[in-house]
Amino acid sequence: MVGIKLNGLPASFDEGTTLLEAAKFYGIPIPTLCTMEGLSPYGACRLCVVEIGKGPKARLVTSCTYPVQEGLEVRTSSARVVRARKLILELYLASCPQSKTVQDLAAAHNVRQQRFRQEHETCIMCGLCVRMCKEQMMSGAIGFRGRGEKRSVGTPFDVKSDVCRTCGACMYVCPACQLRCTFSDPSKAICGGCANLSPPCLTKASFDDMMCFMEPCVACEIKKD
Amino acid sequence: MERLRTISDFWTLHNRLRADSDSQKPVVVIPAGTCGQASGAGELIRVAKREMIENELTDRMRLRITGCHGFCEMEPSVLVLPTRAYYPRVKPADMPRILYAAVLGEVVEELLFVDSVSGRRVEKQDDVPFFRKQRRTILERNEQVDPIRIGNFLEAGGYASFAKVLESGDRPNVIEEMKASGLRGRGGAGFPTGLKWEMLAKAKNGTGKYLVCNGDEGDPGAYMDRAVLEGNPHSILEGMLVGAFATGATHGVLYVRNEYPMAVKHLLIAVRQARELGLLGDGILGTSLSFDVRLVKGAGAFVCGEETALMRSVEGYVGEPRQRPPFPVERGIEGKPTIINNVETWANVPVILEQGGREYARIGTEKSRGTKIFSLVGKIKNTGLVEVPMGITIDEVVNGIGGGPLGKGRLKAVQTGGPSGGCIPARLFDLSIDYDGLVAAGSIMGSGGMIAMDERTCMVDLARYFMGFLKDESCGKCFTCRKGTQRMWELLDDITTGKATLAHIDLLEELALVVKDTTMCGLGQTAPNPVLSTLRYFRDEYVEHIVHKRCPAGVCKDLITYSINEKCTGCMLCGKACPALAITGDKKVRHAIDHTKCIKCDACRSVCKLDAVEVR
Repeated sequence: MVGIKLNGLPASFDEGTTLLEAAKFYGIPIPTLCTMEGLSPYGACRLCVVEIGKGPKARLVTSCTYPVQEGLEVRTSSARVVRARKLILELYLASCPQSKTVQDLAAAHNVRQQRFRQEHETCIMCGLCVRMCKEQMMSGAIGFRGRGEKRSVGTPFDVKSDVCRTCGACMYVCPACQLRCTFSDPSKAICGGCANLSPPCLTKASFDDMMCFMEPCVACEIKKD
Repeated sequence: MERLRTISDFWTLHNRLRADSDSQKPVVVIPAGTCGQASGAGELIRVAKREMIENELTDRMRLRITGCHGFCEMEPSVLVLPTRAYYPRVKPADMPRILYAAVLGEVVEELLFVDSVSGRRVEKQDDVPFFRKQRRTILERNEQVDPIRIGNFLEAGGYASFAKVLESGDRPNVIEEMKASGLRGRGGAGFPTGLKWEMLAKAKNGTGKYLVCNGDEGDPGAYMDRAVLEGNPHSILEGMLVGAFATGATHGVLYVRNEYPMAVKHLLIAVRQARELGLLGDGILGTSLSFDVRLVKGAGAFVCGEETALMRSVEGYVGEPRQRPPFPVERGIEGKPTIINNVETWANVPVILEQGGREYARIGTEKSRGTKIFSLVGKIKNTGLVEVPMGITIDEVVNGIGGGPLGKGRLKAVQTGGPSGGCIPARLFDLSIDYDGLVAAGSIMGSGGMIAMDERTCMVDLARYFMGFLKDESCGKCFTCRKGTQRMWELLDDITTGKATLAHIDLLEELALVVKDTTMCGLGQTAPNPVLSTLRYFRDEYVEHIVHKRCPAGVCKDLITYSINEKCTGCMLCGKACPALAITGDKKVRHAIDHTKCIKCDACRSVCKLDAVEVR
């Protein structure tokens, strides 16, 4: 067992427990977009940052990847953490305003303004779909391409992958695109939140070129008219 | 050369080569690194060889083709040993005269370097102001060694440090020497090398440990590592062999960017030669030490210089960092304990063992020991690679070695540490250059880039340029780096195009601090440095851009206008230079610029001899 101080309270955990799991065990909420049970930690969304250490050596680390260490002091909502988290959410709002998950998180953290140039991106590059495909579906059909702002999720050269079984798991785990799949009005939704095993947008002829897990989804564009 | 089977075989060869070398014979050294070859060293070599063969000089002198010596601006140059006569910017036609003079032990007076201050000719290389103030322990070896001949390296005392430690068999002592030397990683972060080695030596799951040489030098305008890789590849191998002996590592990786074809070539040759000689492979020199290296070429991603991304790249995946811990020394390449050191760090290892750790530690400051190579570029007279002891002031480097500002301008600031470094203003030029001093001033040592800027450099535009570079080079894995660099660039772009309000500065600062705090790897954590340091020292320039919509340096195109003042004599030069045909005016009549046509290319100002073109 490893003893740490969690928000000032002594607590002990098994070796290898991450700070996120530790906090969750004690019911301390930490927002995250790229973590899911059963998938390897990735540390990409940066929302789960917590402050560790003391004085000038204090720093922010992602709680989803940082393992508990003997005597570690962890603060999950210090002023520094809250300030960082709010600005990160503001950045998310500036890029993916149409995601319900992002909207809810921003509201819950009292983010009241968005001061950057507004963008309308659909993907937040959390990598859940990529890891889901590889680690749980044992397929590895999709991956990241490009670098920096040109980074995108898809197959090599946009050719439909031979190993893709159109299971839809990638869509199921996506934290950002529900609105595209389910739409705000349920009667107009093209898929029931991926609850069914084969999403209609993949099997129905009218949605043939709409592989929304590989391409920027055009569903919203179609539904507009 | 025959494969060496024991350590005494090595010493026999070593002593024979040293005895054979006739130090009385003059040596003509032609540096032909990438910089030398680009300025025509290849032609000099051809002329020299032909001349030597035709006139039967081959018995009376030696020709040595080496890597870069540092003074890249004066290439192609020739150095004659043992007189150390230095000839800068040599033309092929002058080469024969230099050869004859070298044979006779004379110098060609009119081809020598001219000191711009005193106006006198300087005979010896070491008296040239650029070289005089340096302390060259690493770069000096570039003069002594032909990089593609292992015999030449052995003759210059190469691999002797390694053979000595191998003979002693005392592993802990090597690490003790490294710790005593106080050497810190030369790649930028400055982690104590001895401590790193000790951690690897103690690492569990002992078999198959990795040593990596990080030669993925990506900073714009920096090429220290290239000079060492091209000029003295065996010194890297020697450093790694010592490291392998001390830490028990069995695999070595040389990670070199593919943009350095000559470095790749020289390293491949060096590895093959060392393997043939029995200095790499199983049972080195008849001992139980086994170590071999392979070369991995980087495909041009800046982020692959970051150690976790580099490891992914070596494994064959896309080069993306991962969150630490676990640190590479716990879990690195293929899950094995790994340490990654910069090229310059490895090159320092043989030097330390030769001198002894304590002796080495006498150079530099208390917390930063030894010498450091900087790539000195920008608006100064002498540009090139300079090797200086730690603790030297910026002023001594920029004004002393660099020779001060180019032209009439005054130096405004120095940017250290590449794109993720910071700017240090002229009033802080007496700051000593060491790891902690630079960090306190808001910059970093980095791998050693140093760019001097004068008053014609706009600091906001500079921050925007570096942010644009980082935005493109961010791998995009972690959100705050991908979006943070992009948003900072957007804010800076707004400021340079006059669309910003004062709130932009506050937002920029707020964002920069959060990005620094929350990103995954070194790239993102240091990415806000250009913004934060320019905001710290040059905030008035930002305010000037925003409030008065003016660019004080006259760089930001959207905020400046060109005009012609009363000094104009109507010479018509600017009119001919203008690509947009925006300048009108007859001979001997003051010209005028049509602002609707002007594209602000600065062509008119640069051709005007009378300072008649003004930028506002």
